[in-house]
Amino acid sequence: MTLLIVSPILFPLLGMLINALFGQRMRERVVGWVASFAVIAAFAASVVLFVQLSQSHGEPLRLTLAPWITAGALNVAWGFLVDPLSAVMMLIVTGVGALIHIYSIGYMHGDPRFARYFVYLNLFVAAMLVLVMADNFLVLFVGWELVGLCSYLLIGFWFQDVKNAAAGRKAFVVNRIGDVGFVLGMLLIFATFGTLDFETVFAQVKVRGESLAAVASLITLLLFIGATGKSAQIPLFVWLPDAMAGPTPVSALIHAATMVTAGVYMMSRAHVLFELAPTTQALIALVGAITALVAGSSALRQVDIKKVLAYSTVSQLGFMVAAAGLGAYVAALFHLLTHAFFKALLFLGAGSVIHAMHAAHGDVDPQDMRAMGGLAKRMPFTFLTFVIGGLALAGLPPLAGFFSKDEVLLAAFADNPLVFVLLGITAAFTALYVGRQIVLVFLGEPRSANAAHAHESPAIMTMPLAVLALLTLAGGAINLPGGGWLHHWLEPVLHEAAKPLNVGLALVFTLIALGALALAWVWYRDAQRARLEVESALGRFLLSAWHIDAVYHATVLRAFYTLSTICSQLIDIGLIDAAVNAVGRSARAAADQLRAAQSGFVRNYGLLMFLGVIVLVVYFVVVR
Amino acid sequence: MEPTSFVVFLSSVLFVIGALGVLLRRNALMIFMSIELMLNAANLAFVAFAQRWAQLAGQVFVFFVMTVAAAEVAVGLALIVTIFRTKRSTSVDELAQLRG
Amino acid sequence: MTDWIVLGLLGVLSVASALGLLLSRNAIYAALFLVLNFVIGAVIYLVLNAPFLAVVQISVYAGAIMVLFIFVIMLLGAERLTPAENPPGLNYQRPLALILGVLALGLAAYVLLTRQASAAPVAQSVDASPTAVGLQLFRNYVFPFEVVALLLLAAMVGAVVLTRKTE
Repeated sequence: MTLLIVSPILFPLLGMLINALFGQRMRERVVGWVASFAVIAAFAASVVLFVQLSQSHGEPLRLTLAPWITAGALNVAWGFLVDPLSAVMMLIVTGVGALIHIYSIGYMHGDPRFARYFVYLNLFVAAMLVLVMADNFLVLFVGWELVGLCSYLLIGFWFQDVKNAAAGRKAFVVNRIGDVGFVLGMLLIFATFGTLDFETVFAQVKVRGESLAAVASLITLLLFIGATGKSAQIPLFVWLPDAMAGPTPVSALIHAATMVTAGVYMMSRAHVLFELAPTTQALIALVGAITALVAGSSALRQVDIKKVLAYSTVSQLGFMVAAAGLGAYVAALFHLLTHAFFKALLFLGAGSVIHAMHAAHGDVDPQDMRAMGGLAKRMPFTFLTFVIGGLALAGLPPLAGFFSKDEVLLAAFADNPLVFVLLGITAAFTALYVGRQIVLVFLGEPRSANAAHAHESPAIMTMPLAVLALLTLAGGAINLPGGGWLHHWLEPVLHEAAKPLNVGLALVFTLIALGALALAWVWYRDAQRARLEVESALGRFLLSAWHIDAVYHATVLRAFYTLSTICSQLIDIGLIDAAVNAVGRSARAAADQLRAAQSGFVRNYGLLMFLGVIVLVVYFVVVR
Repeated sequence: MEPTSFVVFLSSVLFVIGALGVLLRRNALMIFMSIELMLNAANLAFVAFAQRWAQLAGQVFVFFVMTVAAAEVAVGLALIVTIFRTKRSTSVDELAQLRG
Repeated sequence: MTDWIVLGLLGVLSVASALGLLLSRNAIYAALFLVLNFVIGAVIYLVLNAPFLAVVQISVYAGAIMVLFIFVIMLLGAERLTPAENPPGLNYQRPLALILGVLALGLAAYVLLTRQASAAPVAQSVDASPTAVGLQLFRNYVFPFEVVALLLLAAMVGAVVLTRKTE
């Protein structure tokens, strides 16, 4: 029983160990299946735990593995918790994770560091499970940092190209900025409550209530800064588009389906605290909505197939964060779940396209949509699944994305008109860029030799696509409007009332989405427009994501470089190095003078010895 | 003045003469012989003190010094022969490769 | 009184032979002066009640060791010594060595003249016959004795190895 609770973590760790120790000597297939089965086993264990949990009507399962830090008032244990919230996350992580592992066997075929890739991937799954199963803030933070590490390692997986290594570094550094906020939030929690255990903290919040409002605002603000780093929100979202430098399955697993949702999960987990701080919540909702709009509009002009999806991910994360800020945690988690399905599907589909473009020999960038076109005929299966994922993202009924997005919009409609308007515009943009992407990639005529000679990917890559497509088709059913299954399931944790379906709202947004898709078809049937629009001022503005990177360069980075230059030139070279060099030079100068004493003549040395003896004798006989 | 004092003084004079030999001569063999002289001077002091205090330990020590000197001569002369083979000289001034 | 005459004569002879060693231009002469010095030393040992050491001095020092020296001198043909030409860097060697030597002699004289000899009564002279020395060696100094044996072996092996022609 005790082992069962941690077994979802242990299986991927075991897989990681096997591949790390013996991966070099095993055949590629064996390595891939060891890693995949480790995650499949973790998924099976998660299902068993899920069933147990539903039999006990949501009574959480707890396990304290060992004490970790015991210092004065601070008591932290390796404690794990399986409650309805973490169970849902575990199923997403291991389920989607298993599919992506299997897909990777095909995608990474022939890579010289095949085994290392799966070691990192297994480690990531284990770390993500630590994050969602933690029963206190510090263990959550351990998982939080470990997934950040895996993200860094996998973004820079092809580090031979300096660009990729730089992208990994950027992700790492930007995430650290957020982590500082998270750590400060944790310290404040400890200072306020004297513990980091979720259960104790939340119980105290319920007892002490309003008296904590001020400190809760600060705590939640700091925790939210952590979330903006991990979940790629303004102002720290800049790392996620660059993170596309990693292998595509990694983008699907880490930078779309699981890790980037950690911030949303953390806010849902600590919702008791957030509910005490209406100011922070309003800020969170606004930040989420603005992020959604900025990223959604940026996706409109991207030319890289993965960059579109990357900005789309940031935009959809904005939806989730906005929902969390509005207090609609179920909606946020529901969108998280469906987004995990359809965005993983889209990324894997894009990976399949890139794989095909790469395999067909030609001289174009295999990720440039301007060089694609007409792939629907050559890769019918990928096309079909990609369209399913795309329509779900656009929010067409009855696909999964429709229901979850509708719930978020519903919550905004009821509470916050500004957020509602922002998200509504973003929804229209979403349909537009999805339509643009599908038209540019799959329809029309091939615009390069690569596209003309592309072939469908192998079955090991298309099977996960099929499974994810099915989940995308049917995923909405788990939380039908008006209080679906997910609502009931999360009830013990989130205590949230379900909202009824607003037919008018749903109808309006369906029509908007259809209109935007139609517009995309009209605009981009002739690919010329896609080529030209990037040239315009607006095109450049959106392509560079509102020039935010440039702004950061001009302000934060320039100031930092100036400071570094002062430190290195003036203080390090001018002061410290100069002092050290002076010591070295004086030693050398002294040696130059003293080396004359080493004449090399034995008799000379003898003379000096004799002199020494006489001095000693004089001292002992005459002086003393 | 006692006989012991005289012999110890004689010993120190011999020692200084030996030391001067080491410092002034260039021939390795001459230096070596001067060292023997210095050892002998030290032995003389040992024997004088052994006689003064009626202790055999001093004489035993001289015995050990003699054996060590014999060993030293064996190795030292072998070294000189070897050096002579390569340098064609027994002058220690030519062995100054360790000049700083 | 006769003791003093004998000792003084021996001392003068000893110093004279040592100076002969120091000053001779020919290595063979130097070696012979050293032999003379060792023999005189052996006589002084006899006067100082050390007959065993006197015999060992003659046989080992004046005999074996000096024969070895003369053998090597003749083997290398190094008996004719070129006049000293100090290489640059050793110009001050000779004057400084002489000054230091005078200084050392001065120190010895200073000690001889200023320090009172111990007032303790001269002990009864001990039995210093070869038997007594041998007993002392094997009773109280067995371990150093064995170590010295090893040392001699090592020196012998070393001498053989050093002079072997490299093949």
